[in-house]
Amino acid sequence: MGNDSRPLIGGLLLLLFVIGEPTSVHTQQAASSPSARDAAPIDLTGYWVSYVTENWRYRMVTPAKGEYRRIPSSPAAVPIINAWDPSADERAGNQCKSFGAGAIMNVPGRLHITWQDASTLRIDTDAGTQTRFLRFTARESSNATRPTWQGESIARWESVAPPDKGGSLSVVTTNMRAGYLRKNGVPYSERTTVSEHFDIAPLPDGGQLLLVNTVIEDPVYLNGPYIVSPHFKKEPDGSKWDPTPCSSKW
Amino acid sequence: MLIEVVMLVRRSLSEGGRRSALLVIAVLFARASFAQTGPVLPSQFEFAGSWAPLGTEDVQNDSVPVDYLGLALTDEARTRALSYDESQKSMIERQCQGWGAAYMVIGPFGLRISSQSDPTTKRLVSYTIDAWEDWMGLTIWMDGRPRPSEHALHTQAGFTTGRWEGGALAAHTTHVKAGGFIRKTGVPLSDQATIDWRFVRHGDVLTVLMVARDPVYLVEPEIISKGFRLSKTPLDYRDPCVPGFEGREPGDGVPHFAPDQNPFLDEFIKLYNLPREAVLGYRETLYPEYRKKIKDTYVPPPPCTADCGVAGNFVRRRGPTP
Repeated sequence: MGNDSRPLIGGLLLLLFVIGEPTSVHTQQAASSPSARDAAPIDLTGYWVSYVTENWRYRMVTPAKGEYRRIPSSPAAVPIINAWDPSADERAGNQCKSFGAGAIMNVPGRLHITWQDASTLRIDTDAGTQTRFLRFTARESSNATRPTWQGESIARWESVAPPDKGGSLSVVTTNMRAGYLRKNGVPYSERTTVSEHFDIAPLPDGGQLLLVNTVIEDPVYLNGPYIVSPHFKKEPDGSKWDPTPCSSKW
Repeated sequence: MLIEVVMLVRRSLSEGGRRSALLVIAVLFARASFAQTGPVLPSQFEFAGSWAPLGTEDVQNDSVPVDYLGLALTDEARTRALSYDESQKSMIERQCQGWGAAYMVIGPFGLRISSQSDPTTKRLVSYTIDAWEDWMGLTIWMDGRPRPSEHALHTQAGFTTGRWEGGALAAHTTHVKAGGFIRKTGVPLSDQATIDWRFVRHGDVLTVLMVARDPVYLVEPEIISKGFRLSKTPLDYRDPCVPGFEGREPGDGVPHFAPDQNPFLDEFIKLYNLPREAVLGYRETLYPEYRKKIKDTYVPPPPCTADCGVAGNFVRRRGPTP
Protein backbone atom coordinates (compact mmCIF):
# COMPACT_ATOMS: atom_id res chain seq x y z
CA MET A 1 0.00 0.00 0.00
CA GLY A 2 1.52 3.28 -1.05
CA ASN A 3 1.98 6.03 1.49
CA ASP A 4 -0.12 8.38 -0.64
CA SER A 5 -3.13 6.12 -0.19
CA ARG A 6 -3.14 6.06 3.60
CA PRO A 7 -4.94 9.38 4.07
CA LEU A 8 -7.58 8.17 1.64
CA ILE A 9 -8.16 4.95 3.57
CA GLY A 10 -8.20 6.80 6.86
CA GLY A 11 -10.75 9.19 5.50
CA LEU A 12 -12.92 6.39 4.19
CA LEU A 13 -12.88 4.58 7.51
CA LEU A 14 -13.70 7.78 9.33
CA LEU A 15 -16.54 8.43 6.91
CA LEU A 16 -17.95 4.98 7.50
CA PHE A 17 -18.00 5.58 11.21
CA VAL A 18 -19.47 9.05 10.88
CA ILE A 19 -22.37 7.93 8.71
CA GLY A 20 -23.13 5.05 10.99
CA GLU A 21 -24.35 4.97 14.55
CA PRO A 22 -22.13 4.35 17.58
CA THR A 23 -20.60 0.90 17.71
CA SER A 24 -22.40 -0.03 20.86
CA VAL A 25 -25.72 0.79 19.27
CA HIS A 26 -24.92 -1.29 16.22
CA THR A 27 -23.84 -4.23 18.27
CA GLN A 28 -26.96 -4.08 20.32
CA GLN A 29 -29.18 -3.84 17.29
CA ALA A 30 -27.38 -6.59 15.46
CA ALA A 31 -27.90 -8.84 18.40
CA SER A 32 -31.55 -8.00 18.80
CA SER A 33 -32.67 -7.31 15.22
CA PRO A 34 -34.59 -9.98 13.40
CA SER A 35 -33.25 -11.40 10.17
CA ALA A 36 -34.80 -10.35 6.89
CA ARG A 37 -36.74 -13.60 6.94
CA ASP A 38 -38.07 -12.98 10.42
CA ALA A 39 -38.78 -9.32 9.72
CA ALA A 40 -40.82 -9.96 6.56
CA PRO A 41 -43.97 -7.80 6.68
CA ILE A 42 -45.49 -9.88 3.86
CA ASP A 43 -45.07 -13.52 2.91
CA LEU A 44 -43.97 -13.87 -0.68
CA THR A 45 -43.05 -17.53 -0.51
CA GLY A 46 -44.88 -20.16 -2.49
CA TYR A 47 -45.90 -20.79 -6.06
CA TRP A 48 -47.27 -17.98 -8.23
CA VAL A 49 -48.58 -18.14 -11.78
CA SER A 50 -48.63 -15.37 -14.38
CA TYR A 51 -52.14 -14.16 -15.10
CA VAL A 52 -51.76 -12.62 -18.54
CA THR A 53 -54.52 -10.05 -18.82
CA GLU A 54 -52.25 -7.25 -20.03
CA ASN A 55 -49.73 -6.93 -22.84
CA TRP A 56 -50.98 -10.28 -24.07
CA ARG A 57 -49.75 -9.79 -27.61
CA TYR A 58 -46.26 -8.89 -26.40
CA ARG A 59 -45.95 -11.69 -23.87
CA MET A 60 -47.87 -14.77 -24.95
CA VAL A 61 -46.66 -14.75 -28.53
CA THR A 62 -43.55 -13.35 -30.17
CA PRO A 63 -44.38 -9.96 -31.64
CA ALA A 64 -43.39 -8.95 -35.14
CA LYS A 65 -39.75 -8.25 -35.75
CA GLY A 66 -39.14 -4.52 -35.53
CA GLU A 67 -42.12 -3.70 -33.32
CA TYR A 68 -41.42 -1.99 -30.00
CA ARG A 69 -44.68 -0.19 -29.21
CA ARG A 70 -45.09 0.97 -25.60
CA ILE A 71 -41.35 0.77 -24.96
CA PRO A 72 -39.47 4.11 -24.93
CA SER A 73 -36.54 2.74 -26.90
CA SER A 74 -33.78 5.18 -27.81
CA PRO A 75 -32.53 5.75 -31.37
CA ALA A 76 -29.52 3.60 -30.47
CA ALA A 77 -31.83 0.65 -29.93
CA VAL A 78 -33.58 0.76 -33.28
CA PRO A 79 -30.81 -0.82 -35.39
CA ILE A 80 -30.59 -3.64 -32.86
CA ILE A 81 -34.35 -4.11 -32.91
CA ASN A 82 -34.36 -4.30 -36.68
CA ALA A 83 -31.40 -6.67 -36.78
CA TRP A 84 -32.89 -9.16 -34.32
CA ASP A 85 -31.93 -12.68 -35.34
CA PRO A 86 -33.07 -15.39 -32.93
CA SER A 87 -31.11 -18.07 -34.74
CA ALA A 88 -27.90 -16.09 -34.34
CA ASP A 89 -28.65 -15.63 -30.64
CA GLU A 90 -29.12 -19.35 -30.28
CA ARG A 91 -25.90 -20.16 -32.13
CA ALA A 92 -24.06 -17.73 -29.85
CA GLY A 93 -25.47 -19.38 -26.75
CA ASN A 94 -27.59 -16.31 -25.97
CA GLN A 95 -30.96 -18.03 -25.96
CA CYS A 96 -31.64 -16.60 -22.47
CA LYS A 97 -31.47 -13.00 -23.63
CA SER A 98 -35.20 -12.50 -23.18
CA PHE A 99 -35.18 -14.25 -19.80
CA GLY A 100 -32.91 -11.79 -17.95
CA ALA A 101 -33.93 -9.72 -14.96
CA GLY A 102 -35.19 -6.96 -17.23
CA ALA A 103 -37.84 -9.24 -18.68
CA ILE A 104 -38.24 -12.43 -16.69
CA MET A 105 -41.17 -11.32 -14.56
CA ASN A 106 -43.12 -10.60 -17.75
CA VAL A 107 -42.45 -13.99 -19.29
CA PRO A 108 -45.58 -16.13 -18.79
CA GLY A 109 -44.75 -18.86 -16.32
CA ARG A 110 -44.60 -19.75 -12.68
CA LEU A 111 -42.48 -18.44 -9.83
CA HIS A 112 -41.34 -20.45 -6.87
CA ILE A 113 -40.26 -18.11 -4.11
CA THR A 114 -38.33 -19.50 -1.14
CA TRP A 115 -35.81 -18.37 1.44
CA GLN A 116 -32.33 -19.45 0.39
CA ASP A 117 -31.10 -18.39 3.83
CA ALA A 118 -32.18 -15.88 6.46
CA SER A 119 -31.14 -12.91 4.36
CA THR A 120 -31.62 -14.13 0.78
CA LEU A 121 -34.92 -14.55 -0.98
CA ARG A 122 -34.78 -16.87 -3.95
CA ILE A 123 -37.02 -16.75 -7.02
CA ASP A 124 -37.02 -19.69 -9.39
CA THR A 125 -38.89 -19.45 -12.68
CA ASP A 126 -40.04 -22.45 -14.63
CA ALA A 127 -39.98 -20.44 -17.87
CA GLY A 128 -36.31 -20.43 -18.84
CA THR A 129 -35.34 -22.16 -15.55
CA GLN A 130 -33.86 -18.96 -14.16
CA THR A 131 -32.95 -18.19 -10.55
CA ARG A 132 -32.86 -14.79 -8.92
CA PHE A 133 -31.27 -14.17 -5.53
CA LEU A 134 -32.62 -11.12 -3.71
CA ARG A 135 -30.01 -10.34 -1.07
CA PHE A 136 -30.84 -8.26 1.96
CA THR A 137 -27.14 -7.83 2.71
CA ALA A 138 -24.76 -6.89 -0.06
CA ARG A 139 -22.18 -9.45 -1.04
CA GLU A 140 -18.72 -8.10 -0.38
CA SER A 141 -17.48 -9.24 -3.76
CA SER A 142 -20.59 -8.40 -5.77
CA ASN A 143 -18.95 -5.54 -7.60
CA ALA A 144 -16.22 -7.79 -8.90
CA THR A 145 -18.49 -10.43 -10.38
CA ARG A 146 -19.15 -10.64 -14.09
CA PRO A 147 -22.58 -9.63 -15.31
CA THR A 148 -25.17 -12.40 -15.39
CA TRP A 149 -28.64 -12.72 -16.85
CA GLN A 150 -30.20 -12.09 -13.44
CA GLY A 151 -27.59 -9.64 -12.15
CA GLU A 152 -27.13 -8.66 -8.53
CA SER A 153 -30.30 -7.86 -6.60
CA ILE A 154 -30.27 -5.87 -3.36
CA ALA A 155 -33.50 -6.13 -1.38
CA ARG A 156 -35.03 -4.39 1.58
CA TRP A 157 -38.38 -4.49 3.28
CA GLU A 158 -40.55 -1.43 3.49
CA SER A 159 -42.88 -2.05 6.41
CA VAL A 160 -46.00 -0.11 7.21
CA ALA A 161 -45.98 1.63 10.55
CA PRO A 162 -47.80 -0.20 13.36
CA PRO A 163 -50.53 -0.80 14.28
CA ASP A 164 -51.21 -1.30 10.60
CA LYS A 165 -49.68 -4.41 9.04
CA GLY A 166 -48.18 -5.07 5.67
CA GLY A 167 -45.54 -3.58 3.50
CA SER A 168 -43.60 -4.09 0.35
CA LEU A 169 -40.36 -5.61 -0.88
CA SER A 170 -38.07 -3.20 -2.67
CA VAL A 171 -35.46 -4.71 -4.99
CA VAL A 172 -32.81 -2.99 -7.08
CA THR A 173 -30.98 -5.09 -9.67
CA THR A 174 -27.82 -4.16 -11.55
CA ASN A 175 -24.83 -5.94 -13.09
CA MET A 176 -26.93 -7.77 -15.68
CA ARG A 177 -25.86 -9.08 -19.04
CA ALA A 178 -27.41 -7.18 -21.91
CA GLY A 179 -30.77 -8.68 -22.79
CA TYR A 180 -34.14 -8.18 -24.38
CA LEU A 181 -37.19 -6.52 -22.86
CA ARG A 182 -39.35 -8.47 -25.27
CA LYS A 183 -38.95 -11.70 -27.13
CA ASN A 184 -38.48 -9.90 -30.44
CA GLY A 185 -35.18 -8.31 -29.56
CA VAL A 186 -35.99 -4.93 -27.97
CA PRO A 187 -32.72 -4.44 -26.11
CA TYR A 188 -31.54 -3.32 -22.70
CA SER A 189 -27.86 -2.82 -21.95
CA GLU A 190 -25.50 -3.92 -19.18
CA ARG A 191 -25.92 -0.47 -17.64
CA THR A 192 -29.59 -1.11 -16.93
CA THR A 193 -31.07 -0.77 -13.47
CA VAL A 194 -34.26 -2.64 -12.62
CA SER A 195 -36.15 -1.30 -9.59
CA GLU A 196 -39.02 -3.43 -8.37
CA HIS A 197 -41.61 -3.35 -5.62
CA PHE A 198 -43.31 -6.61 -4.74
CA ASP A 199 -46.76 -6.10 -3.23
CA ILE A 200 -49.44 -8.56 -2.25
CA ALA A 201 -53.13 -7.84 -2.68
CA PRO A 202 -55.98 -10.00 -1.41
CA LEU A 203 -58.41 -11.33 -3.99
CA PRO A 204 -62.13 -11.35 -3.30
CA ASP A 205 -62.25 -15.14 -3.49
CA GLY A 206 -59.70 -15.47 -0.70
CA GLY A 207 -56.72 -15.87 -2.99
CA GLN A 208 -53.71 -13.63 -3.27
CA LEU A 209 -52.25 -11.58 -6.05
CA LEU A 210 -48.58 -10.68 -6.35
CA LEU A 211 -48.02 -7.35 -8.05
CA VAL A 212 -44.52 -6.53 -9.25
CA ASN A 213 -44.18 -2.84 -9.98
CA THR A 214 -41.14 -2.57 -12.22
CA VAL A 215 -39.17 0.47 -13.35
CA ILE A 216 -36.47 -0.24 -15.91
CA GLU A 217 -33.91 2.47 -16.60
CA ASP A 218 -31.23 2.17 -19.24
CA PRO A 219 -29.11 5.15 -20.28
CA VAL A 220 -28.15 3.38 -23.50
CA TYR A 221 -31.27 1.90 -25.06
CA LEU A 222 -34.14 3.70 -23.34
CA ASN A 223 -35.17 7.34 -23.58
CA GLY A 224 -36.96 7.17 -20.27
CA PRO A 225 -38.10 4.66 -17.67
CA TYR A 226 -40.04 1.67 -18.92
CA ILE A 227 -42.65 0.93 -16.27
CA VAL A 228 -44.76 -2.21 -16.14
CA SER A 229 -46.58 -4.11 -13.40
CA PRO A 230 -47.02 -7.83 -14.12
CA HIS A 231 -49.16 -9.76 -11.68
CA PHE A 232 -49.35 -13.34 -10.47
CA LYS A 233 -51.94 -15.48 -8.76
CA LYS A 234 -50.96 -17.61 -5.78
CA GLU A 235 -51.20 -21.36 -6.33
CA PRO A 236 -51.68 -23.91 -3.57
CA ASP A 237 -48.71 -26.06 -4.56
CA GLY A 238 -46.16 -26.81 -7.25
CA SER A 239 -48.20 -29.40 -9.11
CA LYS A 240 -48.22 -27.25 -12.27
CA TRP A 241 -44.52 -26.39 -12.11
CA ASP A 242 -43.13 -27.17 -15.54
CA PRO A 243 -39.51 -26.12 -16.13
CA THR A 244 -38.61 -25.33 -19.71
CA PRO A 245 -35.23 -24.14 -20.99
CA CYS A 246 -34.56 -20.76 -22.54
CA SER A 247 -35.39 -20.39 -26.18
CA SER A 248 -34.65 -17.55 -28.56
CA LYS A 249 -37.46 -18.48 -30.85
CA TRP A 250 -40.25 -19.10 -28.36
CA MET B 1 -22.63 4.09 -1.46
CA LEU B 2 -20.83 0.79 -0.90
CA ILE B 3 -20.21 0.48 -4.62
CA GLU B 4 -18.67 3.94 -4.86
CA VAL B 5 -16.37 3.27 -1.89
CA VAL B 6 -15.25 -0.05 -3.32
CA MET B 7 -14.54 1.47 -6.72
CA LEU B 8 -12.50 4.24 -5.09
CA VAL B 9 -10.39 1.72 -3.22
CA ARG B 10 -9.92 -0.43 -6.32
CA ARG B 11 -8.64 2.52 -8.27
CA SER B 12 -6.40 3.87 -5.54
CA LEU B 13 -4.56 0.91 -4.07
CA SER B 14 -2.18 -1.86 -4.97
CA GLU B 15 -3.39 -5.50 -5.04
CA GLY B 16 -2.39 -6.29 -1.46
CA GLY B 17 -3.65 -3.05 -0.06
CA ARG B 18 -6.84 -3.42 -2.05
CA ARG B 19 -7.65 -6.78 -0.48
CA SER B 20 -7.08 -5.48 3.02
CA ALA B 21 -9.12 -2.37 2.48
CA LEU B 22 -11.98 -4.26 0.85
CA LEU B 23 -12.04 -6.69 3.77
CA VAL B 24 -12.23 -3.85 6.27
CA ILE B 25 -14.96 -2.15 4.31
CA ALA B 26 -16.93 -5.37 3.96
CA VAL B 27 -16.79 -5.96 7.70
CA LEU B 28 -17.86 -2.42 8.42
CA PHE B 29 -20.76 -2.58 6.04
CA ALA B 30 -21.86 -5.94 7.29
CA ARG B 31 -21.95 -4.39 10.74
CA ALA B 32 -23.74 -1.35 9.41
CA SER B 33 -26.51 -3.37 7.79
CA PHE B 34 -27.84 -3.89 11.22
CA ALA B 35 -31.41 -4.90 10.80
CA GLN B 36 -31.84 -6.12 7.19
CA THR B 37 -35.00 -4.17 7.15
CA GLY B 38 -35.72 -0.95 5.38
CA PRO B 39 -37.68 2.13 6.25
CA VAL B 40 -40.98 2.18 8.02
CA LEU B 41 -43.67 3.60 5.76
CA PRO B 42 -46.71 5.59 6.86
CA SER B 43 -49.95 3.67 6.71
CA GLN B 44 -51.36 6.23 4.28
CA PHE B 45 -49.88 8.21 1.42
CA GLU B 46 -50.78 11.44 -0.32
CA PHE B 47 -53.36 10.29 -2.82
CA ALA B 48 -54.68 13.64 -3.97
CA GLY B 49 -52.94 15.25 -6.90
CA SER B 50 -52.49 14.83 -10.60
CA TRP B 51 -51.22 11.50 -11.91
CA ALA B 52 -50.14 11.31 -15.52
CA PRO B 53 -50.57 8.16 -17.62
CA LEU B 54 -47.38 6.31 -18.54
CA GLY B 55 -48.42 4.66 -21.77
CA THR B 56 -46.00 1.78 -21.33
CA GLU B 57 -48.64 -0.89 -20.76
CA ASP B 58 -51.07 -2.16 -23.32
CA VAL B 59 -54.38 -2.24 -21.51
CA GLN B 60 -56.66 -0.34 -23.80
CA ASN B 61 -57.43 -2.96 -26.45
CA ASP B 62 -59.86 -0.80 -28.38
CA SER B 63 -58.20 -0.21 -31.72
CA VAL B 64 -60.00 -3.00 -33.54
CA PRO B 65 -63.67 -3.87 -33.09
CA VAL B 66 -63.11 -7.47 -32.05
CA ASP B 67 -60.30 -7.66 -29.50
CA TYR B 68 -61.02 -9.54 -26.30
CA LEU B 69 -57.42 -10.52 -25.56
CA GLY B 70 -56.71 -11.04 -21.89
CA LEU B 71 -60.32 -11.64 -20.88
CA ALA B 72 -62.08 -14.75 -19.63
CA LEU B 73 -65.60 -14.38 -20.98
CA THR B 74 -68.75 -16.38 -20.65
CA ASP B 75 -70.41 -17.48 -23.88
CA GLU B 76 -73.13 -14.92 -23.32
CA ALA B 77 -70.59 -12.12 -22.96
CA ARG B 78 -68.86 -13.20 -26.16
CA THR B 79 -72.16 -13.28 -28.03
CA ARG B 80 -73.12 -9.83 -26.78
CA ALA B 81 -69.70 -8.40 -27.59
CA LEU B 82 -69.81 -9.80 -31.12
CA SER B 83 -73.19 -8.16 -31.63
CA TYR B 84 -71.83 -4.75 -30.63
CA ASP B 85 -71.24 -2.13 -33.30
CA GLU B 86 -69.16 0.83 -32.23
CA SER B 87 -71.40 3.01 -34.40
CA GLN B 88 -73.81 2.92 -31.48
CA LYS B 89 -71.79 5.74 -30.01
CA SER B 90 -72.73 7.93 -32.92
CA MET B 91 -76.38 7.87 -31.86
CA ILE B 92 -77.14 11.23 -30.36
CA GLU B 93 -78.70 9.73 -27.24
CA ARG B 94 -75.57 7.63 -26.61
CA GLN B 95 -72.82 10.06 -27.43
CA CYS B 96 -72.50 11.34 -23.88
CA GLN B 97 -73.29 8.07 -22.18
CA GLY B 98 -69.64 7.66 -21.26
CA TRP B 99 -67.91 4.56 -20.05
CA GLY B 100 -68.12 2.79 -16.72
CA ALA B 101 -65.82 2.66 -13.71
CA ALA B 102 -63.38 0.22 -15.34
CA TYR B 103 -62.48 2.84 -17.90
CA MET B 104 -60.27 4.45 -15.27
CA VAL B 105 -57.59 1.86 -16.05
CA ILE B 106 -58.36 1.01 -19.66
CA GLY B 107 -58.78 4.58 -20.81
CA PRO B 108 -55.91 6.75 -22.00
CA PHE B 109 -56.11 9.59 -19.50
CA GLY B 110 -54.43 10.51 -16.24
CA LEU B 111 -56.07 10.92 -12.86
CA ARG B 112 -56.89 14.17 -11.14
CA ILE B 113 -57.69 13.33 -7.55
CA SER B 114 -58.96 15.58 -4.78
CA SER B 115 -60.07 14.99 -1.21
CA GLN B 116 -63.15 16.29 0.53
CA SER B 117 -63.37 16.85 4.26
CA ASP B 118 -66.22 17.50 6.64
CA PRO B 119 -66.18 21.26 7.23
CA THR B 120 -66.93 20.83 10.93
CA THR B 121 -64.99 17.77 12.01
CA LYS B 122 -62.27 18.14 9.35
CA ARG B 123 -62.39 14.39 8.90
CA LEU B 124 -61.88 12.92 5.45
CA VAL B 125 -65.17 12.19 3.73
CA SER B 126 -64.18 11.13 0.26
CA TYR B 127 -61.71 11.15 -2.58
CA THR B 128 -62.89 12.19 -6.00
CA ILE B 129 -61.24 11.10 -9.22
CA ASP B 130 -62.39 13.67 -11.72
CA ALA B 131 -64.34 12.80 -14.81
CA TRP B 132 -63.06 12.91 -18.35
CA GLU B 133 -65.06 13.85 -21.38
CA ASP B 134 -66.23 10.27 -21.79
CA TRP B 135 -65.89 8.94 -18.25
CA MET B 136 -68.13 9.66 -15.33
CA GLY B 137 -65.43 9.90 -12.68
CA LEU B 138 -65.35 8.04 -9.38
CA THR B 139 -66.06 9.04 -5.82
CA ILE B 140 -64.50 6.90 -3.11
CA TRP B 141 -66.39 7.33 0.13
CA MET B 142 -64.00 7.13 3.08
CA ASP B 143 -66.39 8.02 5.90
CA GLY B 144 -67.72 4.55 6.56
CA ARG B 145 -71.17 5.19 5.19
CA PRO B 146 -73.28 2.11 4.56
CA ARG B 147 -73.69 0.68 1.11
CA PRO B 148 -77.10 1.51 -0.40
CA SER B 149 -79.83 -1.04 -0.90
CA GLU B 150 -79.31 -3.45 -3.75
CA HIS B 151 -82.38 -1.85 -5.31
CA ALA B 152 -80.85 1.62 -5.24
CA LEU B 153 -79.93 3.45 -8.41
CA HIS B 154 -77.19 1.78 -10.43
CA THR B 155 -74.99 4.14 -12.41
CA GLN B 156 -72.04 4.01 -14.79
CA ALA B 157 -69.68 4.92 -11.94
CA GLY B 158 -71.37 2.74 -9.32
CA PHE B 159 -70.99 3.21 -5.58
CA THR B 160 -67.50 2.98 -4.09
CA THR B 161 -66.24 2.85 -0.54
CA GLY B 162 -62.60 2.82 0.53
CA ARG B 163 -60.26 2.27 3.45
CA TRP B 164 -56.54 2.31 4.08
CA GLU B 165 -55.10 -1.16 4.35
CA GLY B 166 -51.46 -2.21 4.62
CA GLY B 167 -50.16 1.06 3.24
CA ALA B 168 -52.51 0.94 0.24
CA LEU B 169 -55.91 2.43 -0.44
CA ALA B 170 -58.39 -0.39 -0.98
CA ALA B 171 -61.78 0.38 -2.52
CA HIS B 172 -64.83 -1.61 -3.50
CA THR B 173 -67.37 -0.69 -6.20
CA THR B 174 -70.90 -2.00 -6.53
CA HIS B 175 -74.13 -0.68 -8.10
CA VAL B 176 -72.75 -0.40 -11.60
CA LYS B 177 -75.30 0.02 -14.33
CA ALA B 178 -76.42 -2.86 -16.53
CA GLY B 179 -75.44 -2.30 -20.10
CA GLY B 180 -72.02 -0.98 -19.20
CA PHE B 181 -68.79 -2.23 -20.69
CA ILE B 182 -65.45 -3.50 -19.46
CA ARG B 183 -63.86 -2.89 -22.84
CA LYS B 184 -64.66 -0.27 -25.41
CA THR B 185 -65.00 -3.10 -27.90
CA GLY B 186 -68.41 -3.87 -26.48
CA VAL B 187 -67.53 -6.48 -23.86
CA PRO B 188 -70.39 -6.09 -21.41
CA LEU B 189 -70.51 -5.76 -17.66
CA SER B 190 -73.68 -6.59 -15.77
CA ASP B 191 -75.27 -4.83 -12.83
CA GLN B 192 -74.09 -7.71 -10.64
CA ALA B 193 -70.47 -6.86 -11.29
CA THR B 194 -68.18 -5.67 -8.51
CA ILE B 195 -64.78 -4.08 -8.74
CA ASP B 196 -62.05 -4.15 -6.11
CA TRP B 197 -59.44 -1.46 -6.43
CA ARG B 198 -56.07 -1.12 -4.82
CA PHE B 199 -54.06 2.06 -5.12
CA VAL B 200 -50.38 1.55 -4.31
CA ARG B 201 -47.77 4.27 -4.30
CA HIS B 202 -44.01 3.82 -4.58
CA GLY B 203 -42.17 7.09 -4.90
CA ASP B 204 -43.85 9.11 -7.59
CA VAL B 205 -45.44 6.09 -9.27
CA LEU B 206 -49.05 5.24 -8.45
CA THR B 207 -50.23 1.79 -9.49
CA VAL B 208 -53.95 1.19 -9.77
CA LEU B 209 -54.96 -2.43 -9.53
CA MET B 210 -58.44 -3.35 -10.73
CA VAL B 211 -60.04 -6.70 -10.01
CA ALA B 212 -63.42 -6.86 -11.74
CA ARG B 213 -65.78 -9.76 -11.15
CA ASP B 214 -69.03 -10.44 -12.91
CA PRO B 215 -70.99 -13.65 -12.42
CA VAL B 216 -72.86 -13.04 -15.65
CA TYR B 217 -70.14 -12.13 -18.12
CA LEU B 218 -66.75 -13.11 -16.67
CA VAL B 219 -65.54 -16.65 -16.05
CA GLU B 220 -62.57 -15.27 -14.09
CA PRO B 221 -61.83 -11.80 -12.77
CA GLU B 222 -60.47 -9.22 -15.13
CA ILE B 223 -57.31 -7.90 -13.50
CA ILE B 224 -55.58 -4.78 -14.75
CA SER B 225 -52.71 -2.95 -13.09
CA LYS B 226 -51.85 0.38 -14.58
CA GLY B 227 -49.14 2.83 -13.59
CA PHE B 228 -49.36 6.60 -13.32
CA ARG B 229 -46.65 9.11 -12.49
CA LEU B 230 -47.07 12.12 -10.23
CA SER B 231 -47.45 15.19 -12.40
CA LYS B 232 -46.11 18.57 -11.40
CA THR B 233 -48.56 20.11 -13.82
CA PRO B 234 -52.23 19.86 -12.82
CA LEU B 235 -54.17 17.67 -15.20
CA ASP B 236 -57.66 18.52 -16.29
CA TYR B 237 -59.68 16.41 -18.68
CA ARG B 238 -63.07 17.78 -17.75
CA ASP B 239 -64.16 18.89 -21.19
CA PRO B 240 -67.91 18.83 -21.49
CA CYS B 241 -69.44 16.29 -23.82
CA VAL B 242 -71.36 18.12 -26.52
CA PRO B 243 -73.56 15.83 -28.60
CA GLY B 244 -73.89 16.54 -32.27
CA PHE B 245 -75.08 15.00 -35.50
CA GLU B 246 -72.86 12.08 -36.47
CA GLY B 247 -74.90 10.61 -39.28
CA ARG B 248 -77.68 9.00 -37.29
CA GLU B 249 -81.13 10.49 -37.15
CA PRO B 250 -83.29 10.21 -34.06
CA GLY B 251 -85.43 7.14 -34.47
CA ASP B 252 -82.86 5.21 -36.48
CA GLY B 253 -82.25 1.68 -35.37
CA VAL B 254 -79.46 0.70 -33.01
CA PRO B 255 -76.41 -0.38 -35.05
CA HIS B 256 -75.50 -3.97 -34.34
CA PHE B 257 -74.33 -7.22 -35.92
CA ALA B 258 -75.67 -10.70 -35.80
CA PRO B 259 -73.07 -12.30 -33.51
CA ASP B 260 -72.11 -14.93 -36.04
CA GLN B 261 -71.82 -12.39 -38.83
CA ASN B 262 -69.62 -9.75 -37.29
CA PRO B 263 -67.57 -8.54 -40.28
CA PHE B 264 -64.63 -7.62 -38.07
CA LEU B 265 -64.28 -11.02 -36.45
CA ASP B 266 -61.09 -11.95 -38.28
CA GLU B 267 -59.45 -8.55 -38.58
CA PHE B 268 -57.28 -8.72 -35.48
CA ILE B 269 -56.66 -12.43 -35.93
CA LYS B 270 -55.26 -11.93 -39.43
CA LEU B 271 -53.37 -8.78 -38.57
CA TYR B 272 -51.08 -10.53 -36.09
CA ASN B 273 -51.68 -14.21 -36.77
CA LEU B 274 -53.33 -14.47 -33.37
CA PRO B 275 -55.19 -17.56 -32.24
CA ARG B 276 -58.93 -17.12 -32.53
CA GLU B 277 -59.67 -18.36 -29.01
CA ALA B 278 -57.32 -15.75 -27.57
CA VAL B 279 -58.89 -12.89 -29.49
CA LEU B 280 -62.33 -14.09 -28.43
CA GLY B 281 -61.50 -14.16 -24.73
CA TYR B 282 -61.35 -17.79 -23.74
CA ARG B 283 -60.15 -18.48 -20.21
CA GLU B 284 -57.34 -20.91 -21.00
CA THR B 285 -55.52 -18.24 -22.98
CA LEU B 286 -54.65 -16.32 -19.81
CA TYR B 287 -52.29 -18.95 -18.39
CA PRO B 288 -48.77 -20.07 -19.32
CA GLU B 289 -49.95 -23.50 -20.40
CA TYR B 290 -51.63 -21.90 -23.38
CA ARG B 291 -48.33 -20.49 -24.59
CA LYS B 292 -46.96 -23.99 -24.71
CA LYS B 293 -50.06 -25.26 -26.44
CA ILE B 294 -49.68 -22.91 -29.42
CA LYS B 295 -45.91 -23.13 -29.59
CA ASP B 296 -45.85 -25.33 -32.67
CA THR B 297 -48.69 -23.71 -34.56
CA TYR B 298 -48.12 -19.99 -34.04
CA VAL B 299 -46.55 -18.17 -36.97
CA PRO B 300 -45.19 -14.69 -36.15
CA PRO B 301 -46.52 -11.84 -38.28
CA PRO B 302 -44.32 -10.30 -40.95
CA PRO B 303 -41.84 -7.63 -39.82
CA CYS B 304 -43.30 -4.35 -38.70
CA THR B 305 -42.91 -1.62 -41.29
CA ALA B 306 -44.97 1.30 -40.00
CA ASP B 307 -45.82 2.82 -36.62
CA CYS B 308 -43.51 0.33 -34.96
CA GLY B 309 -42.34 2.48 -32.07
CA VAL B 310 -43.59 3.80 -28.79
CA ALA B 311 -45.71 6.51 -30.33
CA GLY B 312 -47.27 4.22 -32.90
CA ASN B 313 -50.87 3.25 -32.82
CA PHE B 314 -51.73 -0.05 -31.29
CA VAL B 315 -52.40 -1.63 -34.66
CA ARG B 316 -50.45 -1.28 -37.84
CA ARG B 317 -53.43 -0.43 -39.99
CA ARG B 318 -57.15 -0.74 -40.13
CA GLY B 319 -58.63 -3.00 -42.73
CA PRO B 320 -61.18 -1.68 -45.19
CA THR B 321 -64.67 -1.35 -43.84
CA PRO B 322 -66.71 -4.17 -45.26
